[in-house]
Amino acid sequence: MTVEKTYEEINARIKRGEAVVVTAEEVIDYVAENGYEKAVQEIDVVTTGTFGPMCSSGAFLNFGHSRPRIKMKKVWLNGVEAYGGLAAVDAYIGAAQLPDFDPENKVFPGRFTYGGGHVIHDLVAGKEIRLEAIAYGTDCYPNKKVDTIITIDDLNEAYIFNPRNAYQNYNCAVNLGDRILYTYMGILKPRLGNASYSTSGQLSPLLNDPYYKTIGIGTRIFLGGGTGYVAWNGTQHHPNVLRGENGVPQVPAGTLAVIGDLKQMTPDWLVGLSFIGYGATMAVGIGIPIPILNEEILRYTLVKDEDIFCPIVDYNEGYPYSKPIDLGFANFKELKSGRIKINDKEVITTPQSSYPRARKIATILKEWIQRGEFELSRPVAMLPSADANIEFKSIPERSPSEIFLNGRNRRG
Amino acid sequence: MKNRVVCYFSAIQTEQPVVYRLIKNYDLIINILKADINPQKEGYLVVEMEGEKDKYEGGIAFLKNLGIIVEPLSETVLWQEDICIQCGACASFCPTESLSIDRDSMLVSFENSKCVVCGMCLDCCPTRAIKLHFEVKEAV
Ligand code: SF4
Ligand code: SF4
Repeated sequence: MTVEKTYEEINARIKRGEAVVVTAEEVIDYVAENGYEKAVQEIDVVTTGTFGPMCSSGAFLNFGHSRPRIKMKKVWLNGVEAYGGLAAVDAYIGAAQLPDFDPENKVFPGRFTYGGGHVIHDLVAGKEIRLEAIAYGTDCYPNKKVDTIITIDDLNEAYIFNPRNAYQNYNCAVNLGDRILYTYMGILKPRLGNASYSTSGQLSPLLNDPYYKTIGIGTRIFLGGGTGYVAWNGTQHHPNVLRGENGVPQVPAGTLAVIGDLKQMTPDWLVGLSFIGYGATMAVGIGIPIPILNEEILRYTLVKDEDIFCPIVDYNEGYPYSKPIDLGFANFKELKSGRIKINDKEVITTPQSSYPRARKIATILKEWIQRGEFELSRPVAMLPSADANIEFKSIPERSPSEIFLNGRNRRG
Repeated sequence: MKNRVVCYFSAIQTEQPVVYRLIKNYDLIINILKADINPQKEGYLVVEMEGEKDKYEGGIAFLKNLGIIVEPLSETVLWQEDICIQCGACASFCPTESLSIDRDSMLVSFENSKCVVCGMCLDCCPTRAIKLHFEVKEAV
């Protein structure tokens, strides 16, 4: 007997408080104990989670007007510039933005103590933030300067819009060189001194729905401790890559753009990070529910750490200079065990993304659904999947002639 | 023997190549853990000194003769559990496994008694949840 469930049926059970919800870890044992048939009939939802550094994150803010009104040209929050090239009092604060006065890597390795991710963390924690803005002044917006203190409650709107989150699989970073490297994958000790990886493996959202059969545009998700939505595919979404027999990509593949109201999020799940020698960023908590519509969808959620492989990549020359250096693959079970073998050398492995926090997210989302507080939404459109023909492009090398300078001559 | 000490300097003493002499004349292995010298050239140096007992004591005497105040270091590592996000990155760097991951639950924990305050974990923590706490007096 083949089981087909609809979103409506699952939501009806959620509303009655009867839905059977398990996490992406629990589902593995559930099926082992009860078998496929029973599991596909009984389980309504499998919840996933991930919590790690996601640089392509940020928030749109609307400050309301000053008196007299201002059309902000440049905006700073606690000294960190937010992009103001939008309507008068709108701005976008990016997680990786640094304060203008940051010494960066001038004294190497830089410390990057504070950045856009920390601003967002402070905002969502309800802390006071210094808002500075300058303007050139117009007839409709005469004010030229604002310097004040705000909290998130003073804002009209504050919503997260992250262009690229929840990477489906990621590199395991190592260092084949002779000097210590400071990277977005953390500190990499020379001569294969350590290996650093970053995804939540069997709990990771897009590894549990490898072909994006339920996760699409409009999917309601756990975002930063509140609810959010998948807005689009993320930047660098590249689904047509090498995949295993289980459908799971073996290299970085799909990504998600997500959106959600910052005002109902919490500082536990949006945390500013400082990567020495690299920069500032933000850890984002994302959890995605997967409706068990049929046996195929269930089968994808049974993916285990040992079935997920990621490429081992050298960050001395391989990654920065795009040199093809083949170091093979590692599976997540090995990575989590703390040691992998590379070129016959035993290498200690540690994560960048927090597995305990990912588990917590999947559990919180499960409880929300069990309590009837969180219903599933059917995607309004699907994401490009493995059959897409997306080409991964790089910046072309061309020589701009004078007419391209600064856009000055563009309009004659 | 091996010990950690805080050396308090005043302006005249910072002119001297103190560390160089300790290495050259006393054959000591010197590891500078923290230094804070203000623009007036006063401040302190937290160093780990390692060498044979008589050489070590000679080195300390040399410092004291220069008028540098030498005191045993009371320092601790603070792991702020509420700030830690349990990523696990620090576990690659801790030589004594005082910061370690339980590989089943993947939970990170800190065991103070194992910590030798080497400071290796400080730079790698992206939330700056680990802090070195020096008992250092106001500049003398
Ligand atoms: S100071 Fe050294 S021994 Fe102590 S926790 Fe950090 S790395 Fe481990
Ligand atoms: S690196 Fe910092 S945040 Fe990560 S587990 Fe260690 S103490 Fe916690």
